[in-house]
Amino acid sequence: MTQNETKISANGVQVFYGDTHAIKDVDVQIEDKTVTAFIGPSGCGKSTFLRCLNRMNDTIDICRVEGKITIDGDDIYDKRVDPVQLRAKVGMVFQKPNPFPKSIYDNIAYGPRIHGLAKNKAELDEIVEKSLRRGAIWDEVKDRLDAPGTGLSGGQQQRLCIARAVATEPEVLLMDEPCSALDPIATAQVEELIDELRSNYSVVIVTHSMQQAARVSQKTAFFHLGNLVEFGETGKIFTNPEDPRTESYITGRIG
Amino acid sequence: MTDATANTPRPKTSLIEVDARTKRRNAAEARFKAYGITAIAIGLLFLVVLLGSIIANGVGAFQQTFVNVPVYLDPAKLDKKGNRNIEEMKKVSTFGYNPLIQQGLLDKVTELGIETPLQKRKEMKAMLSASAAAQVRDFVLANPDKLGETVEFKLLAASRVDGYLKDRVQREDVARDKNIDAEHLDLTDELVKAGVVAKTFNISFITGADASESRAEQAGIGVAMLGSFFMMIVVLVLSLPIGVAASIYLEEFAPKNRWTDLIEVNISNLAAVPSIVFGILGLAVFIQFMHLPQSAPIVGGLVLTLMTLPTIIISTRASLKSVPPSIRDAALGVGASKMQSVFHHVLPLAMPGILTGTIIGLAQALGETAPLLLIGMVGYIATNVPDGIAAGFLDPNSAMPAQIYEWAKRADPAYYERAWGGIIILLVFLLTMNIIAIILRRRFERRW
Amino acid sequence: MPVLWLVLIVLAIAAVGFVLGRGRALKSADGDSRHLHSLPSYYGSNAAMKVLVPALGLLVLWLLAQPLYIDNRVSATIPESAIAEGSTIGLVMADVRRVAEGLDTAVAEGAMTMAETVAIDFTAVRDQLAEVGVALGANVSAETLAAAQDYRSYTSTGGLLMTIAVLLVALVGCGWAVRESNKEFRARNVVERGVLVLLIAAASIAILTTVGIVLSLVFQTYEFFTLYSALDFFTLLEWAPSFSGRGGASSLGLLPLLWGTLYISVVALLVAVPIGLFAAIYLSEYASPAVRSFAKPMLEVLAGIPTIVYGLFALLTIGPILLNVFGDDTVGWMQGQRAVMTAGIAMGIMLIPFVSSLSDDIINAVPQAMRDGSYGLGATKSETIKQVVLPAALPGIVGAILLATSRAIGETMIVVLGAGAAARLSLNPFEAMTTVTAKIVSQLTGDSDFASPEALVAFALGMTLFIMTLGLNVFALYIVRKYREQYE
Repeated sequence: MTQNETKISANGVQVFYGDTHAIKDVDVQIEDKTVTAFIGPSGCGKSTFLRCLNRMNDTIDICRVEGKITIDGDDIYDKRVDPVQLRAKVGMVFQKPNPFPKSIYDNIAYGPRIHGLAKNKAELDEIVEKSLRRGAIWDEVKDRLDAPGTGLSGGQQQRLCIARAVATEPEVLLMDEPCSALDPIATAQVEELIDELRSNYSVVIVTHSMQQAARVSQKTAFFHLGNLVEFGETGKIFTNPEDPRTESYITGRIG
Repeated sequence: MTDATANTPRPKTSLIEVDARTKRRNAAEARFKAYGITAIAIGLLFLVVLLGSIIANGVGAFQQTFVNVPVYLDPAKLDKKGNRNIEEMKKVSTFGYNPLIQQGLLDKVTELGIETPLQKRKEMKAMLSASAAAQVRDFVLANPDKLGETVEFKLLAASRVDGYLKDRVQREDVARDKNIDAEHLDLTDELVKAGVVAKTFNISFITGADASESRAEQAGIGVAMLGSFFMMIVVLVLSLPIGVAASIYLEEFAPKNRWTDLIEVNISNLAAVPSIVFGILGLAVFIQFMHLPQSAPIVGGLVLTLMTLPTIIISTRASLKSVPPSIRDAALGVGASKMQSVFHHVLPLAMPGILTGTIIGLAQALGETAPLLLIGMVGYIATNVPDGIAAGFLDPNSAMPAQIYEWAKRADPAYYERAWGGIIILLVFLLTMNIIAIILRRRFERRW
Repeated sequence: MPVLWLVLIVLAIAAVGFVLGRGRALKSADGDSRHLHSLPSYYGSNAAMKVLVPALGLLVLWLLAQPLYIDNRVSATIPESAIAEGSTIGLVMADVRRVAEGLDTAVAEGAMTMAETVAIDFTAVRDQLAEVGVALGANVSAETLAAAQDYRSYTSTGGLLMTIAVLLVALVGCGWAVRESNKEFRARNVVERGVLVLLIAAASIAILTTVGIVLSLVFQTYEFFTLYSALDFFTLLEWAPSFSGRGGASSLGLLPLLWGTLYISVVALLVAVPIGLFAAIYLSEYASPAVRSFAKPMLEVLAGIPTIVYGLFALLTIGPILLNVFGDDTVGWMQGQRAVMTAGIAMGIMLIPFVSSLSDDIINAVPQAMRDGSYGLGATKSETIKQVVLPAALPGIVGAILLATSRAIGETMIVVLGAGAAARLSLNPFEAMTTVTAKIVSQLTGDSDFASPEALVAFALGMTLFIMTLGLNVFALYIVRKYREQYE
């Protein structure tokens, strides 16, 4: 496995929800062109930590983040950073597919439009097609781009959401349990897609399924009760974990 | 699958430097937020202006100008036969009292040494309310032994004098006014200095009856308040049981079929039917068809009941719905019938919510005016306090909002002050009812 | 016998029935309530129910039907000749009733004996009744008096029959229920079925109200169209009722009133929709909990204020302010304080909380996932609201605006006080115009008699209003309901 350059680096991150200490002193380095999986039992803070990486937690009033997170060396919690610009760079795909109640075309075009990525209609068409192709859904929807995105099946909706996230040309793609609402066939399609995305992006995926983490990721981080217990090569974590808690989780004793 | 390398990555930008486009977007963001704040501010400003103008215009009604006049109760005029027979004395109408009162005021003016061109007795008429004579007459008929004495009366000042002291009547208006002259205003100034004319708290505005067009100073809202009270009794007694019964049926027993669907659609539509349409219904059904008495609180109450029912049904159903099904299952599980589970368990648990909804419905009914116009509760001058409970329901009366409307329509601007004052009283009632509803909700609301 | 006494007697029979039914059931089980099918009180309730429901039901029906029946019988005896020029049978019957009630009052007050009232001469009636405080407008004709005497005798016979019938039904019900009370009898089931019927009856009152509204509107509107051409009503561009109430020279055109109604509603919506909608957006998307918990109830205070207050506010505060700004002293657009703007602004203020709280609910129903999706792509809050939240909430918001429109069209007190009395087809919003609701009030509160087209037109106006608002409401409620279901 080749060593890629570090894309995101988190140092001493603490997150509080009101009085609850949700994330305790987490350090992690996420590499470019790599799939990093966050695993751990429910409520261990993996999703919370993921949402820190593009400051989605800003939309929750009682949430407070301490510590330092940098992307390409820029501190994303710096006062001068505009979260809007940050999120254009760090895209996100959510647990439940959440297409907008608009046409498939408008769903994809939404991001490029607000960020002004296309100069004219032709360019926009091109971006939409390219993104849908990269979302591996172009062949299924190319004849009905005007149909509402909410009319697609669950797996198609999730791939549409991935295509939508890709359309803004992010550098990092955060995925919060993207397959938990999907059936096994749709899951397989999305996993295949994730693997392809790796060639362009740094992908961070939160998952409940250890098999999925093993299948798609190169690096794995195991969270437990708000702590980052272990972080390393996926193969090593699954075959030869250092921490006993990781081992118990992987062998199914805690979770 | 596409060739991923065909993608041209965006030029790398530093996060720290905000680009021009983002600046523009953030400006749009700030503008949009400002629109929201402006909207809220305008809304609140309207509220402040509304309440402000109610209070600024209405508090005057709670103060009234009185004139303290010593009146010599002349036996020669008031009891011509001299035998103190009440029946005989009743024959002297208020016209017989006016000269005595006017003389009394003129004497007082002379005694105080006030310089005024008004030296005739008749010229004092403009200073006093037309109700003064009735007040003195009532006193004499109640105390015939006081005849021959000089008694100090606290009489209502004329509406123009009152208006002058409250800055409603300006000196420039007086030139065109046949009821009063500038000299009277001079005299009023002097009498105020002498303490003969003074503004005091006017309880009779709250307790008193309406008066005729020309006697704004005498009008009160008390009788109309009783009318509203009797109407609310009718509304409460009818709409609470009917509303609760209807809600229980719809929420707990009704099968899902066309008929219940029809009832549901009906109720939500009735809640949005304009109130004036209920007035038309009341006029056509209760008055023209059933020949119930016009202007009677019972008719008003019936119309308002029909209007309030949908509101009560909607809120009652909401509170029945909020009782969790586990409670019903528990009751059914120990062998209670469906009816018993509802009346023993669900209904008591939903009661605070039902009462809150009922109070809010009543408050709405209390302020409603339009339907009352059509069943004749306006145009009727509510001068008599109803004698007895039955009369309270059946005799013609007004109601608070109808009385306010009546005053607002009258030509004399002195009545505008009364109308605003009436609104203050009405709002105090509404506020009280809403506060009770809020307290009920806070105290008893249960979260499942 | 007064109805009140009758009701009390029926209640007493019910109480007796309760005790007897309960006692008999207990006796049949040898005093041990465990052998009964139902609790003892159910046997009592069964008896009480069987007394009260039929007896009181009969009483109510009788009270409704008797006047109708007697009116028909009596009015059939009045000859055509007794109906004066320009009068109607309805007016004569009103006189008949007044005389009959007056004579009853005289007896009740002891001013006349029963025999005297029967023998009274028609020339003396007016004076005699005046003595007991019943004022009659004109002298009573012989036919009227005769009809009044008939009316009285029918009424008293009817009253007697009613008393007998009601008491009989009550006693039969009592006897039946007591007889069937024994330990095998399933009293609880019977009582519960009875209660269920009562519950259904209560729920049906909503239907009855609608039926009552529709019937009273339809009949009187039909009456109006027999007296006045429907074509004129819908097409004339003029509204000028004659005041005599007798002349046929009235022009009763709906269009000017409709124009005023719609114009004022549009002004109101122009005030209420932007303010209400932006307030709702701010409160649900931007405001901190503290601001929200203060501003939301404060705005809702506006909704709790009765419309009469807004009417007065329009007439005495908004009107004068507008007159100062747009009156003869400045641009001269406005002549009096009553105008479309005056009423429209007041109505707009009234509708702000209506629009804002409905929109607030609807905006809150848009799932958070939708917003997250947009933020995750790097959209700002306002972009998210404008391009994701509002389009998603649009059907609901349209529904809310339609409901507000229906409110505005049906609003009465504000336009009665603020809009003016003259019907006009004008474009100047500072001119006084009048509305459908304002005219319903003025045509029905004047002195004109209820049979004239000038009064009946109010019912045709009411019908127009009812149909317009009903259409808007049904459509709006349908949209809102569909919208809610989408996100549930």
